[in-house]
Amino acid sequence: MLGEADRTEGISPVIGMEVERGSTSTVESPTHETETHEKDELDIPWQVIVHNDPVNLMTYVTMVFQRVFGYPREKAERHMLEVHQNGRSILWCGVRERAEFYVQQLHGHLLLATLERVV
Amino acid sequence: MEIRRKGEALEISDLDPFLAELLRQIPGSANAEGQSEAEARLFTKPSAENEICAEWKSYVEPELRRLFHSATETVAEDLAQLNGNEKSFRNRTLAIPFEHADAWLNALNQARLVIVAKYKFSDEELNDHDRSPIGSRRDLGLFQVNFYGFIQEFILREMQNG
Repeated sequence: MLGEADRTEGISPVIGMEVERGSTSTVESPTHETETHEKDELDIPWQVIVHNDPVNLMTYVTMVFQRVFGYPREKAERHMLEVHQNGRSILWCGVRERAEFYVQQLHGHLLLATLERVV
Repeated sequence: MEIRRKGEALEISDLDPFLAELLRQIPGSANAEGQSEAEARLFTKPSAENEICAEWKSYVEPELRRLFHSATETVAEDLAQLNGNEKSFRNRTLAIPFEHADAWLNALNQARLVIVAKYKFSDEELNDHDRSPIGSRRDLGLFQVNFYGFIQEFILREMQNG
């Protein structure tokens, strides 16, 4: 099974900022105005999921995981077995652009892969 | 039939005409044109979200089509070694340059997926490796899927051995 570290690799959330503005010299009694600037939508992480497929060979799937994600053989095999036994495995989690890149690579190797928002 | 690594190539020797013909059919078998289910399996949806799927179809799918086509073309070129002497029933030898191993894995996978989609093989059928003899076109399709899988296993083993 995946450990927590496996699932959060590559996440880079955008954090809201708090900006303090100073007064101008024409105002006798300076006032301080605090503005909270928060990004409307946090960069929600996306998961790369591989689904079971009775055609792709287990050794082939392991090789693809090693090649696409750079995982060591043991970790790649663990994910392959998770796909085989549980029907799916979360291979990676992080920003959308990279998740799309990984899914494209997996589709290029003809694996059943999707990206999903982390809920 | 014998398969072994020979220098910078994977050599399939003592290939009887029947198996040679099955190999020759790899590029044709990988062609999903006009087969909606096979097409859907080769170009699967990347997400449940429509916006992502629409972008994917426009930008990623053409790339994937080029990749798959390139792989089957490379395999077709290698298979040209089996052409000629069409009426000869002697066994053949096929040398697959090691640098083409990825293209072979890809084309074999395409062919296996298209055949499985075409005949709608069940998981039980796909796991029944002792099924014989070949009595119909469908049985031949299952034999092809298993034979191509065997070739894939060999290529993968040799890739791991470096």
